[in-house]
Amino acid sequence: MNSTSSAKKRGTIRVWSVVLWLGVWQLVATILGQDILLVSPLAVILRLFELVRTSLFWTSIGYSFSRIAGGFFLATLLGVLFSIFSYRYRWFEELLAPPVQTIKATPVASFVILTLVWIAPQNLSVFISFLMVFPIMYTNVLMGIRSTDKKLLEMATVFRVPAYRRIRYIYLSQVLPFFRSACSVALGLSWKAGIAAEVIGLPQGSIGEMLYQAKLYLDTPDMFAWTLVIIVISVWFEKIFLILLDKAMLKMEHL
Amino acid sequence: MSTLQIQNISKRYGDTVVFEKFSCTLHQGEVNVLFGASGSGKTTLLRMLMGLEEADAGLMPPFEDMRISAVFQEDRLCNNLSAYSNVKLVVEPSVSSEQVQNALVAVGLGEAIRKPAKELSGGMRRRVALVRALLATYDLIVLDEPFKGLDEETKREVISYTAEATEGKTVILVTHDMNEATRMKAKHVINLETLRS
Repeated sequence: MNSTSSAKKRGTIRVWSVVLWLGVWQLVATILGQDILLVSPLAVILRLFELVRTSLFWTSIGYSFSRIAGGFFLATLLGVLFSIFSYRYRWFEELLAPPVQTIKATPVASFVILTLVWIAPQNLSVFISFLMVFPIMYTNVLMGIRSTDKKLLEMATVFRVPAYRRIRYIYLSQVLPFFRSACSVALGLSWKAGIAAEVIGLPQGSIGEMLYQAKLYLDTPDMFAWTLVIIVISVWFEKIFLILLDKAMLKMEHL
Repeated sequence: MSTLQIQNISKRYGDTVVFEKFSCTLHQGEVNVLFGASGSGKTTLLRMLMGLEEADAGLMPPFEDMRISAVFQEDRLCNNLSAYSNVKLVVEPSVSSEQVQNALVAVGLGEAIRKPAKELSGGMRRRVALVRALLATYDLIVLDEPFKGLDEETKREVISYTAEATEGKTVILVTHDMNEATRMKAKHVINLETLRS
């Protein structure tokens, strides 16, 4: 194994490590002996199997997923578009600087409470997911465009490379690594913030509402099971999105 | 043969004067060798010829109406693109895939056609940059030390290929090696140090 691949392996999740931590969790739960304080991993899995068989489980996932993913894609689209405008027009960048900085610095909870006044609870997670993702996309893509090799752009000018090819083969290849890292950060964040918004806004039939109900009735197995669901969806959404993005990036490298 | 006249051009960057009423003649359809030590204004002159800089004063030929091709001092290849794609990026659609591949094979890059530029050696990258410039559409081609980093045997073959491909074309060749200039059948020398003084 060469040094690069061993370096890549570092930091990845290994089976033995997961098993060890599950063992620790099981041990602590057994010692405590109170499900209300800490439910065992086995009880969580059993509860999850029960939930999977209900239609509410799937509709809740569909509800939250469509809204959080919707917010993510909307923020991605606008983040990319606005970064292009900002690169092109300095006044536009200056115009956006205060709101972008404000969004970055404001706690999610403040936004949720503030926006609940104007936005219906069912659309809250779309907006909150959008707010969390937009500054990351905008800032990273703008940085990516700025980092485009000026010498390659000069080469394209001398050879009169058409705009379409310039964008696809010069700009995109330089911007995509920035875009990828933004997606990697923003995808997880959109789920965390989106679910937090649902827990506060309580839109009917959302994962956030299920979590809130579990907390309200001290149903710890439910709370853990739903948390596990959120983690799995968030991780898989990120993985699938990044795999598709990597494939697209690879395709872009061929003329 | 007709000529392109560069007349009384001046160029300065802040307090640094690069050219002050500098003039020279480029012979069309022939190889013009540009000589000059580092700091003599070679790069600035080439950038002006390529339309990347403007002279502060003086008369330049209408380069904006001409198609320019170039081998830059640095290779300026897209690292993620293959050798083939780097060439395809700049050539007209009328240049077929076969032509691109044949040209790459002709300069000894048969094995490297599909390899990303980032995986190529310095000499290979240089040859990709050269093929790219030679297959592009141009009225004037600027070759800034195009054979740099090539071993003697490869250099001989590549020079012969380049001389053949640029026959009858207006070439500006930057080199420090008189042998290269001779093998490229250069007829005219522009010595920047002499002309500037």
